Amino acid sequence: MITIVDYDMGNSRSVVNMLQRIGFKAEITRDHKKLESAEKLILPGVGSFDTAMKNLEHFELKELLDRKALIEKVPFLGICLGMQILTNSSEEGNLSGLGWIEGSASKFKSDNDIKVPHMGWNYIQPSSNSRLCKNLEDNSRFYFVHSYYVQVREEEHSSMKTTYSLEFDSGIEKDNIFGVQFHPEKSHKFGMQILKNFAEL
Amino acid sequence: MLRSRIIPVLLIKGSSLVKTIKFKKYSYIGDPCNTVRIFNELEVDEISILDIDASVKKKDPQYDLIEEIASEAFMPLSYGGGVDSLEKAKKILQLGIEKIIINSAALENPDLISQVANFCGSQAVVVSVDVKKSLFRRKYNIYSHSGKRKSNIDLFKWAKRCEELGAGEIMLNNIDRDGTWMGYETDLYKLMQENLNIPLIACGGAKDISDVSDLIKKSKCSAAGVGSMVVFQKKDKGVLVNFPKPEIVNQMLHS
Repeated sequence: MITIVDYDMGNSRSVVNMLQRIGFKAEITRDHKKLESAEKLILPGVGSFDTAMKNLEHFELKELLDRKALIEKVPFLGICLGMQILTNSSEEGNLSGLGWIEGSASKFKSDNDIKVPHMGWNYIQPSSNSRLCKNLEDNSRFYFVHSYYVQVREEEHSSMKTTYSLEFDSGIEKDNIFGVQFHPEKSHKFGMQILKNFAEL
Repeated sequence: MLRSRIIPVLLIKGSSLVKTIKFKKYSYIGDPCNTVRIFNELEVDEISILDIDASVKKKDPQYDLIEEIASEAFMPLSYGGGVDSLEKAKKILQLGIEKIIINSAALENPDLISQVANFCGSQAVVVSVDVKKSLFRRKYNIYSHSGKRKSNIDLFKWAKRCEELGAGEIMLNNIDRDGTWMGYETDLYKLMQENLNIPLIACGGAKDISDVSDLIKKSKCSAAGVGSMVVFQKKDKGVLVNFPKPEIVNQMLHS
């Protein structure tokens, strides 16, 4: 069973749909008991950085998630904004992120050729030891929608890189903690492979 | 490098999928869920679903149908038709749809764009604009309600205002070219692209991948909407749900 954290930051139905398609059960919840006993957690997220952090506080999830990820070390995957809040901060807001992986998010600069948000299908360059990228075929493409990009402080925590006006970290990994900037649940078989790799950890 | 998107734009009328010519003359294509399933297997970039009766007949979106379609689609989905309130937009987003397309309702109540954008972010708001060239061929006029009502608002000012109100993308449909297989009116999209800082989706007239390639190269649009070319074998031929092969798309668009 994979537990998807419900903190009112966008819809997670598509994540459940894709996990079901590849044979894994998933449920969306903010029930503390269920989250306490979770074996694997996914933190999705569409919206703004500060709202996400406020909502985690509001639903009293921050300490619980800290404990699950840092002490119990259950596999934890942040998607899109859910990845950005794994870092320390973002230009988008004033609140601190979860700070599990050292790094921060900055805004893309738009011009005539670079539209913001970075929206559409783009490629990733996986690092050789990325566990999420296992068995990924060459030229796998993923669906991105974001205006802020993450750069991690320690190169060893970068698991995928993507270029859009500049190179940023589209995937991050540190021990049991993972993040992807794109939406695997909306990226056909390529995203299925990523979710499968996470589900099988 | 970010890929240009090719987006099948699917029209729903009642419970059927149809294709139009110049927003009239409907041909029956098939069952919407089956068709989306085929496009899912063909690994298309994204799908737009438009209920072309909803605003005209003042009907609510068909939530059950939308939910069924969304459960089969592992690519981004946008939905438009009859979304005239934040409540309806919220309900659709919960069904597994990423983006709400607003057209007629935005012209009547521009604040709706901001309301939806504030709730779920600009990336989830597409404002669709339908245009026809005036008889004197000098300017484009905006039409709402599936091409039935003319508006006096200036096209370029309206698109810019939508961006300011929080739209994340503009979808620009050229009614004159819809279903005609004549190719895109690339000049229109080039002008609009230069007018905007958000992605532009061009729609109307594509006959094949070379039209798409021509559009993207000349106008630098972010995405090309396609209709007839992905649901018919050829002009005036039977229904065939199809999509250009990835190698061909790569060769024509991304090399």
